[in-house]
Amino acid sequence: MKCQKCNKNEANTHVKRVINGEFEEYHLCSQCAKEMGYSNVFSDFTSSFADDFSSLFGSFFENALPARTQATRCETCGTSYNDIASTGMMGCADCYDVFSDRILPTIRRIHGNTTHMGKNSPSYKKVEVEEKPVEKADDELSKLKAELDTAIKNQEFETAAVLRDRIKEKENENE
Amino acid sequence: MSNVVMQTRIRLARNLKKYPFPLTLNTAGKEKVADEIITALKNCNSPLSKEFDVLYVKDLTEPQRISLVEQHLASPEFMSESGGRALILSKDKTMSIMINEEDHIRLQILYKDFNLEQAYDTADKLDTLLDENLDFAFDEKLGYLTQCPTNLGTGMRASVMLHLPALKSSKAINRIAGNLSKLGLTIRGAYGEGSEPEGAMYQLSNQVTLGISEKSAIENLKNIAEQLVSQELQAQKRMSESIETRDKICRSLGILKTAKLISCKEALELLSNVRFGINTGIIKDLEIETIDNLISEIQPATMMVNKNEQISPRDRDILRAEILNKKLNCSK
Repeated sequence: MKCQKCNKNEANTHVKRVINGEFEEYHLCSQCAKEMGYSNVFSDFTSSFADDFSSLFGSFFENALPARTQATRCETCGTSYNDIASTGMMGCADCYDVFSDRILPTIRRIHGNTTHMGKNSPSYKKVEVEEKPVEKADDELSKLKAELDTAIKNQEFETAAVLRDRIKEKENENE
Repeated sequence: MSNVVMQTRIRLARNLKKYPFPLTLNTAGKEKVADEIITALKNCNSPLSKEFDVLYVKDLTEPQRISLVEQHLASPEFMSESGGRALILSKDKTMSIMINEEDHIRLQILYKDFNLEQAYDTADKLDTLLDENLDFAFDEKLGYLTQCPTNLGTGMRASVMLHLPALKSSKAINRIAGNLSKLGLTIRGAYGEGSEPEGAMYQLSNQVTLGISEKSAIENLKNIAEQLVSQELQAQKRMSESIETRDKICRSLGILKTAKLISCKEALELLSNVRFGINTGIIKDLEIETIDNLISEIQPATMMVNKNEQISPRDRDILRAEILNKKLNCSK
């Protein structure tokens, strides 16, 4: 069976989840599973059981990914990943960069995606301007969003939930 | 519409780039942050910069702290600790900034009617003005960086306070609450911590802040709020036709007008019934506004602050009854 996300690799990870009583099931390849934050919870166990023990019980941060980054502490504020896992709070703005590998799957789980769509801080200077070649997908996305609006207006909550999931999927593809 | 919607709130979370987030910052650091924010506010050309009070939490008495929470001007968490924390409050209390709560800045716009767009517009302008003098922590991909990842992106929490007595008593609210979470919204009691919201007052707000623009989040919230309002009004109309409901409403007013001892919880329940009665025309000689003012006036700490003295729980129940007797007996 091919991975349901990339449709390329062989699926070897079976994800079942129940959210608000709704059952969902995916077959993913290990690469996509990792990207979506569904890596093996116990994969880090052998290396540093004691260090990661608390994070297994952290509310959002149940040891999402094996460490890809070398940094154990944020140089700016001295916060370690374990501090973040135990409090659920970041130490400073730079922590998001330092621990991005581990934190992104968590962010995706909370918000359903990882791309800001709102106001840009007026004092923030853009480093580079990238042109995004995803116009077609965007069209489709806005169509889905319009359908979602209609569904909400008509109180078709079931349809709205399905549409919302499809929008999330599309947005994830676009990233 | 405005009779069901009691309040509109917009809250923006912001942090100064050059300081660690409050949890990692010591008191001296927090005081510096507070100084910078207050200076920036004085220097910016905002209506808030003209007339505002700075309340340092360490200088406030306990009733003063709790009263600010009762008025929805500060969070309980904010008032639980004093080190380096300050509340900036406009004279009319519609604009406030909690400094060093979970984030360096928690900017809030609070209106007593249903006006999410205008509330956001005001918040947005103040935010832009502050940004001119303060460098906010921002990332192109993740948006405004906040101490807790649940607020990443817009950092915006928009909410409306709804009075839903009919949906509450028919238990329809429980079913609706389950559906709302699927749409990225949440509803919970505005007063009281248990599963039974006191006075049938609910807070409906957005949950997701990343991947959705402020405008869409507000439209979504507004849409759902309007639907809840119309469902509530239909249910109120249906219920008000029964003699049992009318009896309950009129008895509630009777108790409020004549009781000599009354707890805050009981008073909120009865005021909620009376509010329902005014809305449906069962009670004709009272204004909704009178009830809404009473709802905040009879809160325990607010009563003590208004009297400027410590009052025992029993004496509060006596005073509360006196306030209610007086205000409800001299109606229009």
